[in-house]
Amino acid sequence: MTAEVPVKLYDCRDAFTDTLVELARADRRVVAVVNDSLGSTKVTKLDKVLPEQVVNVGIAEQNMVGVGAGLANGGKIPFVCGATPFLTARALEQIKVDAAYSGANLKFVGVSSGVAYGELGPTHHSIEDIAWLRAIDRLVVIVPADPVETAWAIRAAYEHEGPVFVRTSRIGVPIIHADDYRFEMGKAARLREGNDITIIANGVMVTRALEAAEVLASEGIDTRVLNMATASPIDREAIVAAARETRGIVTVEEHIVRGGLGSAVAEVVVQEQPVPMRILGFPGFCPTGSPAFLLELAGLTPDGIANAAREVMDR
Amino acid sequence: MDSNTVDNTTRLRQRAIDVRLRDLKMVHGAGLGHIGGEFSATDILVTLFFGGVLRYDPANPTDPERDRFVLSKGHSAAALYTTLAMAGYFDEAELDTFLEPLSRLNGHPDRNKVPGVETNTGPLGHGFPVAVGIALSGQMDDAARRTFVLTGDGELQEGSMWEAAMAAGHFGLEKLVCIVDRNRLQQGDRTETTMGLDPLPAKFEAFGWAVRETDGNDPAALLQTFAALPFESGKPNCVIANTRKGHGVSFIEDRKEWHHRVPSDEEYARAVAELEEGRA
Repeated sequence: MTAEVPVKLYDCRDAFTDTLVELARADRRVVAVVNDSLGSTKVTKLDKVLPEQVVNVGIAEQNMVGVGAGLANGGKIPFVCGATPFLTARALEQIKVDAAYSGANLKFVGVSSGVAYGELGPTHHSIEDIAWLRAIDRLVVIVPADPVETAWAIRAAYEHEGPVFVRTSRIGVPIIHADDYRFEMGKAARLREGNDITIIANGVMVTRALEAAEVLASEGIDTRVLNMATASPIDREAIVAAARETRGIVTVEEHIVRGGLGSAVAEVVVQEQPVPMRILGFPGFCPTGSPAFLLELAGLTPDGIANAAREVMDR
Repeated sequence: MDSNTVDNTTRLRQRAIDVRLRDLKMVHGAGLGHIGGEFSATDILVTLFFGGVLRYDPANPTDPERDRFVLSKGHSAAALYTTLAMAGYFDEAELDTFLEPLSRLNGHPDRNKVPGVETNTGPLGHGFPVAVGIALSGQMDDAARRTFVLTGDGELQEGSMWEAAMAAGHFGLEKLVCIVDRNRLQQGDRTETTMGLDPLPAKFEAFGWAVRETDGNDPAALLQTFAALPFESGKPNCVIANTRKGHGVSFIEDRKEWHHRVPSDEEYARAVAELEEGRA
């Protein structure tokens, strides 16, 4: 009897705030702006060591984004942090006008995205944000998959001159990227080679996509896995290559099936290289349940992804 | 008032007429614009930019230590463009391209295209929070720079304005000046009929601001008010500038239809004549 070693799971907020503290120590222009969300964003870590680099505007998301844009005008490099559902939905016009259209050097870190808030229900789920954000010109949207990539994404946002939105979760994920992983903004990472079918995922779904590829491999299906961490602008080249070199594409996202990663991939596929596709995500508002339950209910599991891959193969 | 002050005020009044004439020409030429709110705000813009209130250098529009001016009521863009051009940010001749295809002089100001614009505004309720952030950055850096933001009064019906007001009071942004263009009219009707704002000074005071009321169409009164800044130690400053929408032209003044009405050729000629008469 072999003892099963449990896979260690990580909350990506830790990688975010550890990186933020590092950046803030090295560059005093780096400030965090929060909406009474010190605890939920884990920005408490920064507040403990560099409180003068933390601005709490209270529960006021529109003002939080405007103040962030103003701080950027004054030479700061602000990271506006809050729960994604409220940050995006409440302050979407501010993200569009004050940050993107104005070209402010402003960074956003959305935490508890997707269905991370589980039982709290659809008011607290953020399954529409990618659709909203990727429609905004000049805004880079990154959905990191694990702590390693989260740290990269935060550093990339810091180095990029212009607005960036980093969408993180609080659902525990294993580390899937090796220490030598190099994140490149706007480029998909090919985590697994394969020429039968392609799975494109980002965020917490990447680890499940890799597990699905294992299941498919046991059936002799050679699966390519792309981590499309940059949701906008999307890596068209990687999508076209997948469409040319494999028989079809399955996309997997912790998001509603309208307007998100699947739609972004489909926009490229239908115009550049039409192939069969399946878009996996949530069909609509979610019922009551834990994050794990809701992902399972929507078929966002290794088995669900593998089933979709088989369907595409059979077309 | 000493003679220098009198001269300065006379100069500002003349300059305000210049701005209104140019603004009127732009809107008449483009067939689109917001004359009413532009004329109510003109004396405020002129006093800030030409009365020695704002510290700025058109040759170095991104100088980190410049004073900031944020036009929260972004639909008064033509008045801002005219002021910026006359201040030397760009050639006045370019004002003739207002709203033309591909002109950088859009219906609402774009900081990426027009020097002197601090943040893109147009939808109401945006400039004020940004100004609070700018002022906060200055406070964090212990900098001398001041931030002036001009808001509409109808704009104060937006919730984000009171989020910003609350934050400015909480942070005690002494180098922030919010000027409310209190013309008592908004697009559809009088402010007090639509969604009452009074007692406006008491509202700002309750949010932690030091408040002064002044005649917003009188450069002398405005200068005197700005000279008293900061009004109180440790508090942001609110100037309720009582204005008349469409100030300077009798048939435009205080009429809601002139929020975005465009003058006919005949009206244009009459308006020009009235404004020129004001020079005497």
